[in-house]
Amino acid sequence: MAEKLLQVSNVSKHFGGFAALTEVSLEIAEGERFGLIGPNGSGKTTLINCISGLLRNESGKIVFNRKEIGGLPAYQRSRLGIARSFQVPRPFHTMSVLENLLVPSAYVVHLRDSEGETRAMEILKGMGLADKAQALASQLSQVELRKLELARAMAAKPRLLISDEAMAGLAGNEVDEVLKILFDLNAQGITIIMIEHIMQAVMRFSQRVVCLDAGKIICEGTPASIVKNADVQKAYLGA
Amino acid sequence: MKFWISCLVVALAAGGLAISGINEYFFFAAFVVLTYIVLATAWNILGGYAGYVNFGTSAFFGAGAYAAVVLFQALGAPLAVQIAAGALTGAALGFGVGVMTLRLRGIFFAIATVAVVFIMETLMINWRYVGGATGLQLQRPEVMAPFTTYARMLFVVMTLMAITAVGIARYIQTSWLGRGLRAVRDSEEAAEANGVPTLRLKLIACVVSGALMGAAGAPMPMYLSFIEPASTFSLNYAIGALAAPMIGGTIHWLGPVIGAIVLASLQQIVTVTISGEINVLVVGVLLVLFVILAPDGILGLFRKWLKSSSR
Repeated sequence: MAEKLLQVSNVSKHFGGFAALTEVSLEIAEGERFGLIGPNGSGKTTLINCISGLLRNESGKIVFNRKEIGGLPAYQRSRLGIARSFQVPRPFHTMSVLENLLVPSAYVVHLRDSEGETRAMEILKGMGLADKAQALASQLSQVELRKLELARAMAAKPRLLISDEAMAGLAGNEVDEVLKILFDLNAQGITIIMIEHIMQAVMRFSQRVVCLDAGKIICEGTPASIVKNADVQKAYLGA
Repeated sequence: MKFWISCLVVALAAGGLAISGINEYFFFAAFVVLTYIVLATAWNILGGYAGYVNFGTSAFFGAGAYAAVVLFQALGAPLAVQIAAGALTGAALGFGVGVMTLRLRGIFFAIATVAVVFIMETLMINWRYVGGATGLQLQRPEVMAPFTTYARMLFVVMTLMAITAVGIARYIQTSWLGRGLRAVRDSEEAAEANGVPTLRLKLIACVVSGALMGAAGAPMPMYLSFIEPASTFSLNYAIGALAAPMIGGTIHWLGPVIGAIVLASLQQIVTVTISGEINVLVVGVLLVLFVILAPDGILGLFRKWLKSSSR
């Protein structure tokens, strides 16, 4: 088994009296394509907020690249190599697409603007956004916004990319486009956690899948074994 | 380069005016306009670039004014020292307020900053050394050599301060700091996830903004030869500092300058020709008009016009 890049052990998180995560543990290897599924409100986004640092876990440990990161603010975690996209796209809407990418390239990778722009243009080209580089982020279409989320995450040169429902609300061919982008990034050696409701996409993409329900991991395995799992079927269908 | 040449021209012009035979009233009025340029520019560093609306400009302004008075009373400190003390006090207040309130978002931050004004005013009302509620009459020192009156000197001092403030705002806007602050304004979560140390950046903005507001307040007691809490901490300063960037445009350093010149000049004209009460109404009416009709301010209108005429 390859080196473990991310180890989450016994992480819990409460919002008031509501247990969003209870003793969640998982390990992700360097270079892995990992799928995280679960019904709405099962704690998927809370878990990745805890990993990326927008929320702090109350108990348990989060170790990234052999370093405990549970107490670090989000911006420091991004500098260690954790990048994420947002479920509801959060572009810097008063900036151009190119400038959006220059934020992480200046603050995470510490590139000068001239070098940053060259790299950003390469990333945009790879995602088919190059012709939109000068457009304001607020003028983009839904699928372009999703791509911008991923492109911006890539500008931070991450080792781990967390894609939070990058395909929600997209049409079939658009899903394929985004999926191809994620495969390409993984081929470059980037470990990817994919959170997704579109089952067919998660199943095609992931090497391993974990299913969350009500803040707990109810099962883990290959995509094929997950769909057959009785607990997963119950969580989704409520039978 | 063009920017600094323009600054030099403005400074030289101000110097020229100050030693010319022009009517004394001009300097009284221009001092107020220049004060608003500094306040609006300072406000915009936090309010415009980072999107954190500060309703407490008067607290910083007043803190600077009282710092100047204390030094003047205790040591007879010269104006330059008073201004430096005003800036330091404003910076310290900015740091303190920032640490306590910058975790709050939106309306909560704005309300917290209003509270600071009342706290500062109450403190000064109860401090006898600086005159308490009744205030303190101040004896201006002798005016310095090339200037014939104190107002003329203050006019030049304030011009230099405005140039400094605009220079700082311009630097921040075009540097890595400005991009980070814009990221904060657009989406704080996304900024944080993209490596921007949001709290630190907001604190820097709050300290720089507070320092400039404090510096702007320092010459006021000498200008009036008097200080008292109610007018020093008047919310009119807070509203003017916020309205000017809204009217001029918040995304560019030039916006607050244009807004302050338009707004404060209009107020001065209205005060003289109609009444001192109506000048507050001017701010309100202009603010409402711009928020509804031109949310990007005069700069926004100008850009739109440029775009449509180039087509």
